[in-house]
Order: sequence, then structure tokens, then C-alpha cells
Amino acid sequence: MSTAAATHDDHHDHHHAPTGLKRWLFSTNHKDIGTLYLWFSFAMFLVGGFMAMVIRAELLEPGMQFVDPEFFNQMTTVHGLVMVFGAVMPATVGLANWMIPLMIGAPDMALPRMNNWSFWILPFAFGILIFAVLMSAFGAGNPSAPNFGWTFYAPLSTKYGPASTDLFILSVHMMGISSIMGAINVVVTVFNMRAPGMTLMKMPLFVWTWLITAFLLIAVIPVLAGAVTMMLTDRHFGTSFFDAAGGGDPVLFQHVFWFFGHPEVYIMILPSFGIVSAIIPAFARKPLFGYASMVYATASIALLSFVVWAHHMFTVGMPLAGTLFFMYMTMLISVPTGVKVFNWVATMWRGSLTFELPMKWAIAFVILFTCGGLSGLMLAITPVDFQYHDTYFVVAHFHYVLVTGAIFSIFAAAYYWLPKWSGVMPSKLLGELHFWNSLISANLLFFPMHFVGLAGMPRRYADYALQFADYNFWISIGGFWFGLSQVIFLIVAIRCAMKKGEPAPAKPWEGAEGLEWEVPSPAPFHTFDTPPVIK
Amino acid sequence: MQSTLFHRAAVGLTSLMISGMTFASDWTERSNLDLRPGVTAVSQEIQDLHTTVLWIVTVIGLLVFGLIVFSMIRHRRAKNPNPATFHEHVLLEVLWTVIPFVILIAMAVPATRVLVKLDDTAESELTVKVTGYRWKWSYEYLTYEDDNDIGVSFFSNLATPPEQYNNPVLAGGLFPYGTAKDRVGQEAPEKDHNYQLEVDNKLVIPSGQKVRFLVTSDDVIHSFWVPDFGGKKDAIPGFVNETWALVPEGKEGTYYGQCAELCGKNHAFMPIAVEVVTQAEFRDWIAEEKEKAASGPDLTPFSGLDQAMEEGEQVYASACALCHGANGEGGIGLPFAGTDFATKSEYLNEHIDVLVNGRAAMPAFKAQLTPRQIAAVVTYERNAFGNDTGDLIQPADVNDHE
Ligand code: HEM
Ligand SMILES: [Cu+2]
Repeated sequence: MSTAAATHDDHHDHHHAPTGLKRWLFSTNHKDIGTLYLWFSFAMFLVGGFMAMVIRAELLEPGMQFVDPEFFNQMTTVHGLVMVFGAVMPATVGLANWMIPLMIGAPDMALPRMNNWSFWILPFAFGILIFAVLMSAFGAGNPSAPNFGWTFYAPLSTKYGPASTDLFILSVHMMGISSIMGAINVVVTVFNMRAPGMTLMKMPLFVWTWLITAFLLIAVIPVLAGAVTMMLTDRHFGTSFFDAAGGGDPVLFQHVFWFFGHPEVYIMILPSFGIVSAIIPAFARKPLFGYASMVYATASIALLSFVVWAHHMFTVGMPLAGTLFFMYMTMLISVPTGVKVFNWVATMWRGSLTFELPMKWAIAFVILFTCGGLSGLMLAITPVDFQYHDTYFVVAHFHYVLVTGAIFSIFAAAYYWLPKWSGVMPSKLLGELHFWNSLISANLLFFPMHFVGLAGMPRRYADYALQFADYNFWISIGGFWFGLSQVIFLIVAIRCAMKKGEPAPAKPWEGAEGLEWEVPSPAPFHTFDTPPVIK
Repeated sequence: MQSTLFHRAAVGLTSLMISGMTFASDWTERSNLDLRPGVTAVSQEIQDLHTTVLWIVTVIGLLVFGLIVFSMIRHRRAKNPNPATFHEHVLLEVLWTVIPFVILIAMAVPATRVLVKLDDTAESELTVKVTGYRWKWSYEYLTYEDDNDIGVSFFSNLATPPEQYNNPVLAGGLFPYGTAKDRVGQEAPEKDHNYQLEVDNKLVIPSGQKVRFLVTSDDVIHSFWVPDFGGKKDAIPGFVNETWALVPEGKEGTYYGQCAELCGKNHAFMPIAVEVVTQAEFRDWIAEEKEKAASGPDLTPFSGLDQAMEEGEQVYASACALCHGANGEGGIGLPFAGTDFATKSEYLNEHIDVLVNGRAAMPAFKAQLTPRQIAAVVTYERNAFGNDTGDLIQPADVNDHE
């Protein structure tokens, strides 16, 4: 692939780009909005991380030392919500904003004003949620913040929910609107704005995975909106969707939630698959193995993700036939997931590998995500899940796929594309420190969770029996260490934003492929005003 | 599965892995690494299945990671400056789709078999209704052998005293929640061996007989889980779930478990303890309990304020302290220390009424506590935490209360 149209319009920049607050508030530029999303998600990552520190401090030793069990539940709940909806999802949307137009040779996203709106809803949505926490933390006697887990099962969140549940409902609706608009934008951009010659099967895999993610979002976010709306009417308008006393069913809530929730976990991981599929070939200096099968595997994961939701609910007392169906489907979904991993390994095979920072994160992703996938396979075996369910084993599983999976891949993406975004190379020394500290501490943090889980420690416990004490101590140490390590990335990012560092060439990675490397670094404000020619 | 080569290999490898590591036989032993085999046939089958699957994923994992590490070493640029250019291989791609599929089927077969077995709750000899409450369990014995009218039921509360877990190091500031503020910074008393697991009234069941549990909830969703019995079952308000356990003879003893579904503030504070006794012991026990239940409530008056206070203190610690604070300072529930409600005589009748019949978030304790316990705890609340009304409430006063 190559382009004839280098950006000849650099000179427009100065009178086109507004400056100061207005530039960011009213921006319709995909790069600025991408930057906003990325900074926002990193800020949320730190906020959610701080809550995790509170959780781990409390669990350092048996006994209640720092917070009340009630506040502990608020921390686990808001930590989960902030990380899922505030850190991982907006980060991938930020990457989509920055990279999709550059990758398909489009001048911008298809719906730039909507793009602005979908970002600017988010700070308000999370402002509301965090306001509830601050209110609860700083005012004795104030109502609790949401305290029912990120899965907010009824009736704990309906009849028994604190007053702030209504703030939570509003906040989730806003996040949902933002996600849907972001998703529509991606779909429209990919279908309408590709440069001539950029056929679907020539698109970089990142664009493919995001396209499929966008369809998943459009399909399931309305289901989430439905769930919180039913909660709202149950709470205030006399309905009984989830209340057996009025003819409803609390288990219905779980079906609705997980019909959203399972595809949601793939919404968080599919873009990561795309990122890693860009980085590994670049540093193996060898084309991606099985491009077409990657596309099909992604599509089949997305389709299967709609028929596995009840694997989160094996213990609610489903009929045998239902249980078997969901067990078989869940086992099946590990086949396309495995295909992806094999493809990455085959891409590395007989390549000419170098291990710059993005590659380090990407390889760590492949290995550790696979660990999470394998524990997922164990969880799929229903009779054993009766033991694993709602223990730290599940917590270990989803942190392997989400932290050492999704978040590691986002770091990989950041180190890979920061030169393009900022025009300077991220500090190698700080980057290495960040990587090694994160890698070791994340495993110290999450691996022993498998053991305490198997030993029988239930999740969402503010205090625990003495046999779990040793592991919890080390888990907490790993937690503080991992938390602190992320401060290093903050410095890396700030240095890049301040243009401190070696200037980056247009294509800083020798083996990298794709249109984004054909424009200068930093990418000018407007790119591809004239579509590039794809050979 | 028991006899397959694979299974034997798996068990062999596991024992190799854990040799040199002493395996805890008791749930309360520390630092247990692996899923416990438990005491029932089902829990053991689950453990076998777990071991098999664990080995399968370990082997797959090591294979994949081995290839990656090999490639990182052998195919690094210094060694392999000219990359290959292949990017597909049909046979390979078919193989790594089909082989995992076959492995999955091999796992699905035994999993299905155990699942079918677990589903069979028929032909039980004892039926116990288990109800989850925020934050305690109640056990109601429904039928035993031919007896359909047992009428024995009781509540089971955490027995670990709050001093053992309320050890705040801070009060105020960012986390104003420190419970038991007067304990801030004080040395924590030593924790019991069964810290957070011990209960006041254990669920008693016989060995060698199939026990069916009907699991439900009075408020939010809880989950009834005794790991050694294999698997958990959610307690859902308005619905009844079934599960069962058969503890073989010779395995009598106490088995512990905990609530496994987030149910609010004290989710971590509602353990389960099951005492498995021989059938002969169980018959004696149930006969005794039936007799107690039949003789009606004990209305013997307290000999004096001291006796009532002493009994009331115990009831308060197990039933009230979680919400109202160990020192009557309040929390989810109202405070008592120095409040009008707990000190002015015009509120006395209301005080008894709220305990008996409940009000808003405060549950009715009529079914959970005896009149004697209610009388003792009302007396206690009105004469402890610096209150000293001198009110002495007798069991009969409570029993007469509508
Ligand atoms: C091989 C593929 C996977 C399989 C077979 C699998 C299977 C499962 C199963 C059966 C559970 C329920 C466990 C329980 O609650 O008892 C579960 C939980 C979970 N999984 Fe996976 N999983 C896979 C991959 C993933 C991926 C890729 C993600 C996200 C990136 C993910 C995220 C989660 C989360 C967040 C939960 C827990 C949700 C909660 O209860 O809070 N999983 N998984
Ligand atoms: Cu799932």
C-alpha cells in the first residue's frame, strides 16, 4: 500500500485549527477528539485505579481496617464501572477516532459533530457517578454511592438500591448514548469514507475488529438501556419486572444484563485483537498470518457472543437443557479465540523479530490473554463452575483478559502510535520501566487470585477467613506496585504531549505497514483531504 | 472417565505437582492452593473434572508459550535477519481448528455426565428449607424419612465477635466510615481459628442420607455454598431452587461455607456451618428440637436486670450490632446511645413493637428471636451504651405484644 497524496495542506493548519479551550470544546476533528478520548480514559484509569488501591488496602490483612463494608462495596462497584465504561471503552474509541480515518485514507470521521457530542457526554456521565462517590465519602450520613456491583443485580439495585441508584441510571444512559453514537460513526465511516481501492478485505485488521465491535455496540447497548430503564420504573413507577412479589422475576434481570454483558466483554477485547494484529507483523517484519481467517474468527466470536450469556448464571437454577446449551456454546467460543492466538504465533514464526516497546506489550498480551482464555475455558465447564463461580477465580480470569489483555494492548497501541500522535518518540527508559514493572506486578497481583479462588474465597468480600490471608497480602502488594507503575506512563504521556523527546520520523518502525505511516509525524491537523491511491 | 488413561495420567501428574506440599484436609487450614476434593461423591467428581481440565489447559498453554518463546529466541533479527514471507497454510489452519474442537468434545462428555447427576434431587430422606436473609441464614426442617411435620426452624448468625473484625486505623478524613470509632487505633484481639466462619446455630444433617435443600431468599439474592459439598445454588426471593448433598458415613464433622452472591453491606459476614452427625445422633437431635418447639416459648421472667442485660448483650452482638453499631452508635440502623427512642419511657412500647413487627428497613424479629431474647435485647438497648433507664422488660411483655 502506498499513497500519492502526501499532505500538501500543512499550511492550512494555522488558520483552520482553533486554539485554547475552544479548540477542545467545539472540536470536530477526529484527531483532537481521539486525543480527548485517550486522555479522558487515562484519567478514568487512574480514578478507577485509586479505588482499587482502597480495595486492596482493606484486603491487605483480615479485619476491617480502613473502610466500612458498605463503602467497600461502593468501591468495588464504582471501580468496575469506571474501568469498564470509563477506561477501556473510551480508550478504544479514542484509538478508533485517531486511527480509522488514517488507516482507510479518510479525511475525518463521517459524522464529526456527533463525534464531538459523543465525547463530551462522557465527562458528565462520569461526573455524576463520581459525584455520588464523593458525596458518600465526605459526608457522614449521606446516601451510599452505588454499592451493588458493576453487574447491579436486582433486587439489590432496585428495591434495596440506595438513593444514588437513580444517578447511576442516568449516568449509564449517558454512557450508552455516547457509545452508540461512537459506534454509528465508525460504521458509517468505514462503509462510506474508504479511499478508492481500499476494499473491505484490504482494510487493516484494526478497522475490521472495530467495525464488528461497532455492530456489537449497536446491538447490545439498547439492551443495557432497557435494563436500567426497567430498574427505574421498578423503583419509581410501580412496575415489577424484577420483583417476584408483583409477578416479575429477579433472574430476568440477569438474563437482560448478560445479554448485554457478554457481548460487552468482546466489545472490550476485539479492538485489542486488531491492535496486536497490527503490531506483531510490524516487528516480525512478516505479513499477518491468516488475514482472512482473522476476519472470520472475529465475526464468529461476535456472533457466538450472543448465545453464551447464561454462562454467567449457571447457579441461578436453569433447567438442565438450558445449562447444557450454554455450556456447549461457551466451549465453542474458545475455538475462534484459539485460532487468533495461533495466527499471532504463526506470524512471529520465522519472522525477523525485534522487541521495541510496542512489541513487548503485544507479546505480553498474547501470552497473558491466553492465560485468561484458558481459565475461561475452565469456567465454561459448568459442574466445575458451580465451584468457581463468584470466587476470586473468576476475578483472576477477567483481570487476565481485561488488564493484561485489553489494557496491555492499549498500552501497546499507545507506544506504537504515540510517535504519530505527538511527533516525538516516547522515552525508551521510562517505557521499559513501565513495561517491566507492570508485567511483573500484574502477575503478582492477579495470578494468586486463582489460588485464593480455588481455595474458596468468594469475590466482593470486604473481609475474609484466615486461610486466605497469605495470598491476599501478596495480591495487595502486587496491586500497589501495579498502581504505582502506571504513574510512569503518565510521565511518558505528558513528556510526549510537551514534545519532549527525540523527534519521530513519519515511519518510526521499520517494518510497519499502513497508510498512517505515509503522513508526517505528528500527523497534521488535516490529512487525506485528497484521497490516497491504494495500489 | 474414572478409568481412562488420560484421567489416570492427570491424577498422577497432579500428585507429582503437589508432592512435597502438604494438602490441607480442613477447610480452615491456611493457604490452600487448589480446589478442594470435598466430602461428597459429587464434589469429588467435580474435583476430578477440574484436575483433568486444568491439565488440558496447562498443556495447551505450555505448548503455545513454548512456541512463542522459541520463536522469540530463534527468530529474533540477530539470528534470522531475513524474514520468511508465508502468510497462510490451509492444512495448519484446518488442524488448529479441528484439534481444539475434538479436545472440547472430550471435555464436554464427562462434564455433561456430572451435570446430569447433579440435577437429580429425587429420593432424598431429609428436606431442609434454606432461606437467605440480610445477613444470616435460616434453616427450616420440612421432612425427615416419614415425618412430614417437623416444625423445627432456626436462624444462624455469624458468631465471630465484632471486636475481632472492627479494627479501624483511621476515623474521619476520606473514609469517615470507620465502624466502632472508639476502637480506632486499638490493638485487634487475636482472631479465632474459625474467624468469619463460625455461627451460633449450625445446620445439622445426618451422614449417609441424601439431604435436599430448598434454597430461597427473603430479600435480595444470596448464594448457598458449602465448598465441600460441591457447588453453590443461588437463593432468589420469590423462587425456590433445589440442590442436594449426601455426606458418606464416616465423614461426620463440621463443614463451613459462605454466602457467594453479593447481597449488600454484610455479604462477607453471613457464613454457613453444617454439622454432619450420624443418623442415630441426628434422630436424637431432631427429637429434642421438636420437643423444644412444641413446648412453646420460654416465658420464665428474668431474675433481675443483670440477667436480662447479660442475655441481651449476646443477642445484640449477633442480631443488632451489624446495623446499629457495636456500641449503639448507629449505622444502617438508628443509633441508641443517648437517643430519645432508647431512653424516654413513652417510646418503650414502640421500641418493643419495632423489634417484633419490623419497620421500613428494620426486619421483623418475631420469627427470628424468642420473646425472651427480644425482651433481653430491648432491656439491653435501654440500659447499655450509657443509657440507664432501668427498664426491665420481661418475656411475657413481649409475648403479649401484638
Ligand atoms: C475463551 C474465551 C472465554 C471463555 C470460554 C470465557 C468464559 C467465562 C465464563 C464461563 C465466565 C463466568 C464465570 C462465572 O461467573 O462463574 C466468565 C466471566 C467473565 N469473563 Fe470470560 N470467557 C472468555 C473470554 C473472555 C474475554 C475475552 C473477556 C473480556 C475481555 C472476558 C471477560 C469476562 C468477565 C468480565 C467476566 C466476569 C463478569 C462478572 O461476573 O463480573 N472473558 N468468562
Ligand atoms: Cu461471558
